[in-house]
Amino acid sequence: MNQKRADKADGDARAGIAFALDRVGHSRGGVAVLSDLSLAIRRCKMTAVIGPSGSGKTSLLRLLNRLEDPVSGSIALFDRDLRAYPVRELRRRVAFVFQSPVMFEGSIADNLLAASRLRKANDTPKTSELDLLLESVDIDPSIKERDARGLSGGEKQRVALARALASRPEVLLLDEPTAALDVESAEHLMTMLARLRTTQRLTMVMVTHRLGEALAVGDDLVLLEGGSIVEAGSVDEMRHAPRAARTRQFMQSAHEASP
Amino acid sequence: MTGSGPVDIGAPSLVLAAAMIALAAALSAWQELGLTRTIVIGGLRATLQLLIVAQLLQWIFLSNRAYVVLATLLVMVLVAGFTAVGRIKEARARRRIVALISTVSILLGSGATLAYVDLCIIPISPWYDARYLIPLFGMIVANAMNAAALAAERLRSEIVAQEAEIEARLALGASSAQACASAVRKALAAAMIPAVNALTVVGIVSLPGMMTGQILAGADPTLAVRYQIIVVFMLTCASALTATLLVFWYRRQFFTDAEQLRYLGTSGP
Repeated sequence: MNQKRADKADGDARAGIAFALDRVGHSRGGVAVLSDLSLAIRRCKMTAVIGPSGSGKTSLLRLLNRLEDPVSGSIALFDRDLRAYPVRELRRRVAFVFQSPVMFEGSIADNLLAASRLRKANDTPKTSELDLLLESVDIDPSIKERDARGLSGGEKQRVALARALASRPEVLLLDEPTAALDVESAEHLMTMLARLRTTQRLTMVMVTHRLGEALAVGDDLVLLEGGSIVEAGSVDEMRHAPRAARTRQFMQSAHEASP
Repeated sequence: MTGSGPVDIGAPSLVLAAAMIALAAALSAWQELGLTRTIVIGGLRATLQLLIVAQLLQWIFLSNRAYVVLATLLVMVLVAGFTAVGRIKEARARRRIVALISTVSILLGSGATLAYVDLCIIPISPWYDARYLIPLFGMIVANAMNAAALAAERLRSEIVAQEAEIEARLALGASSAQACASAVRKALAAAMIPAVNALTVVGIVSLPGMMTGQILAGADPTLAVRYQIIVVFMLTCASALTATLLVFWYRRQFFTDAEQLRYLGTSGP
């Protein structure tokens, strides 16, 4: 009886985890970029990954939809090894938004339809769905036939976000989505991400080097440095009761840099 | 036949011919192109190679056995295969496989073209007659080699240039073939352009070597032209076949089985 209850509690706890990383190590071009990373990323939460440049943030993100495979260790999504998913199916469920938005040739609508066309699937989003998607990223649906490559940086990034959402993913990976944007566009994007976080049942992992962004929209925080985790926990814990001295230092220096 | 054969070329003529390459070398030295050495060595090498080839051809024509001819054709393919990708910026560990891809593509592309010409178009007898096969194959392989070099170089540079776009497509669930389709198209088009240009200007801007040679040797120009028509078609076919084989095979080298773009750094694995 007791054992049963314990198992159930254990199962529930596991059900709350999207990604589980176990002793993950990675290198690129012969250079170690991540070492001995163990981490749980909660489902339907926004996890912000912060750290100085070169700390392995992007490398970590790229492992999560298998743009790369780690050299050692294992990663599970919903309790199943990443490599057990057919990779193209995995990438439909785990969408990725890159630091510099890449628009494909064609209109905004063409870009939003790219994923379903690539899959030659019958689930092509209807016009009404495209309009809703564009509205959700604050783009006027009436301009959807415009050339996507003629948009501004901020608009491109929002179209890239809508394009990622078009395949109705369960997880959204964001690699410094505001890095290539001006301050205004960056704030706009963050407002939208905060809105998405409350309106959609999405697990989000966002890499950023701006602590302000991480604190504003994150539920959980992971601080990386030199390819290792300094500290991981909820935003509140990390802000008010950081365990590692390095975390305290980072919080302070980042605060001073961006008041 | 008196008076219609080519004019004899003596040693003094060859020395005068060398003045032409000396001019090119001088230009390079004057403008510091860094090519002087290459031009001088290239000139010497070309002379030496051709003198040796003359001896070899004489021997092959005299023996005229199928295996001797086929072995000669194979050597031509091997040299072309390695030359085509000799300058490509590939990681050392992958150079060998790239040379293999290039050689096999040239072998199949040129071989199929020659076989068709030999067995179906020009009634050569015996089928392995060195006097036909070796010059024909020489032209085919030279073109296939250029097509292979252009295709390989262009495919690589396009994939490097389009890295972000290719990964964006992969991240949306594209297969690696879908993700690099535009790079593949550009590489194939680049490889085809010389052959297609040749088709357009043949006889107007350029009087091709084979036709010129036949006319110089006293052949009827209408027969020389008929040969030339076969030659330009054959070269276009060989370029297309070789480039296609190479591009579709080489493309796979850039991706893993899990639809991942490999690390493209030249120092990488």
